[in-house]
Amino acid sequence: MNTRTPSPGRISSTADLRALQSTMAAALMQPLTERDGLRSDVGAEEFIAPNSRLTSSQRLEIYARQYWFRLLDCLYDDYPALRAVLGQRRFHQLCRDYLTAHPSTSWTLRNLGSQLSSFIQDPRARDVARVEWAQTLAFDEALRKPLRIDDLLGADPSALRLGLQPCVVPLVLDHAVDRFITAMKKSDAEVRGAASQAHAGASTRRSVARAPRLKRERVHLVVHRHDNRLYFKRLAPEAFAILTALGDGLTLADAIGLALATADPSADWPAQIRAWFTDWSALGWFCKPTLGPR
Amino acid sequence: MPPTSAHSLGIGIGLRVPHYRHILDEKPVCDWFEIISENFMVDGGRPLEVLDSILEQYRVVQHGVAMYLGNADPLDRDHLKKLKRLVKRTKTPWLSDHLCWGSVGGRCSHDLLPMPYTMSVAKHTAAKIRQASDFLEVPICVENVSSYAEFRQNEMTEWEFLTEVVERADCGILLDVNNIYVSSENHGFDPHEYLRAVPHQRVGQIHIAGHTRLDHVVLDTHDHPVPDPVWALYAEAIRLCGDTATLLEWDDRIPSFDEVHAEALKANRYLHEHAHA
Repeated sequence: MNTRTPSPGRISSTADLRALQSTMAAALMQPLTERDGLRSDVGAEEFIAPNSRLTSSQRLEIYARQYWFRLLDCLYDDYPALRAVLGQRRFHQLCRDYLTAHPSTSWTLRNLGSQLSSFIQDPRARDVARVEWAQTLAFDEALRKPLRIDDLLGADPSALRLGLQPCVVPLVLDHAVDRFITAMKKSDAEVRGAASQAHAGASTRRSVARAPRLKRERVHLVVHRHDNRLYFKRLAPEAFAILTALGDGLTLADAIGLALATADPSADWPAQIRAWFTDWSALGWFCKPTLGPR
Repeated sequence: MPPTSAHSLGIGIGLRVPHYRHILDEKPVCDWFEIISENFMVDGGRPLEVLDSILEQYRVVQHGVAMYLGNADPLDRDHLKKLKRLVKRTKTPWLSDHLCWGSVGGRCSHDLLPMPYTMSVAKHTAAKIRQASDFLEVPICVENVSSYAEFRQNEMTEWEFLTEVVERADCGILLDVNNIYVSSENHGFDPHEYLRAVPHQRVGQIHIAGHTRLDHVVLDTHDHPVPDPVWALYAEAIRLCGDTATLLEWDDRIPSFDEVHAEALKANRYLHEHAHA
């Protein structure tokens, strides 16, 4: 059933303007037909004037195609590994379904994929999408003034809270997506490059064909930025638990207590924890916390 | 108010990713760069590192694509705050965005959609431009967009609408002569009539670019050199508006920096002819 709102006959108020824009936006955001055309029931002739060469519908179709192609291109650029895992056809269908369910609500296309991983049912594909979204965050989220190891020495662990940099993204995965992406880049550096050229060409299809296998494996991963380059870093489960607990606002003592509650008591945890914090501080992962005490 | 320093800026080109390395390494002579504001409205990382390096060497003017001054909905406060932070960083002498709409009810098209040309819409849009300019504390120039469709509800021509908006908002115009040409071909009006009708004293910047002609429509693709009909309109624009900051847009199939810059510098011929006249 067609439930579209009729466009106003005259635009003499902001309410009229909103009604017209709502009608046109709804028409543009309707999924295109199989031949990338505008659906016939959008009522273009009510608000778009034809000219001697194009009907109202054909004129509106130009904008509808621009809308879909622009957004699909954006996902195509931002999710090369997901594209490699799913293959072109399934990836394209996923993106169309996703954009239909989740139209962009941000002024920046950078946020277009923010809901993609939670939209995906397949666990493999979902893990890949989570890592690629984390890469988007790590690329241009803030790097606040880092706390150094000297800033932590002598502090009372039961009171010390540390913030995690916004450009540091911890993830628990059931697949070795980090190794998959690294191998994919090694085996074919064209994957990212070809994606930036907007439309799928022969080189991209070759890249997909050569994609490595995505192995099932429990991984505690941090996607982070250092000197404006993106990196993956795997952590031990206990280290990951401490880091995420600190990110959640726990004190250092509580974070360690939580992380080691079921850990092997025979291990030299104090030395291990010192080494982790030295490493993380050198990478600049900590900043002043923005969360209040939990 | 329209920008006052525009006439001394000369000829600029759009700062684009494929040219970053060349510009940072070779530091070519270029009067100024135009950046897409939204590409740098981020909290950190490589985009801001590149921008800061460019700002050490060059004057930068901001050009936006997402203020959507013609939206029925209010201005996006999050967008404006980030934009203001960037304005402080770049010290842009003015900033521009498009006379268009792009989102409604929280759903964003990421396109520069055409306005219905009515007096009510002109008043609404002008009020939003004033709000934006007051908040950003920098002069605003609004750019005429290219379009492929016209609303049945239109009550005036595009150039009458543009004039109505900028006079009411007391702002500048970023006159895109390629967009005038593209729209004139798609809607069948005389582009010279458009040029003659706009308030020339408000033109703070001019855009030139290439386009693509298909069977039934001309598309604003920015992927070619500037074609002769657009140069002819540019020449007339300079004759009418005087020496005006001019920028070449090249956004797809981008050739080398030197090729883009050489194309932009062809505008000098018209600027010199105007100066001698």
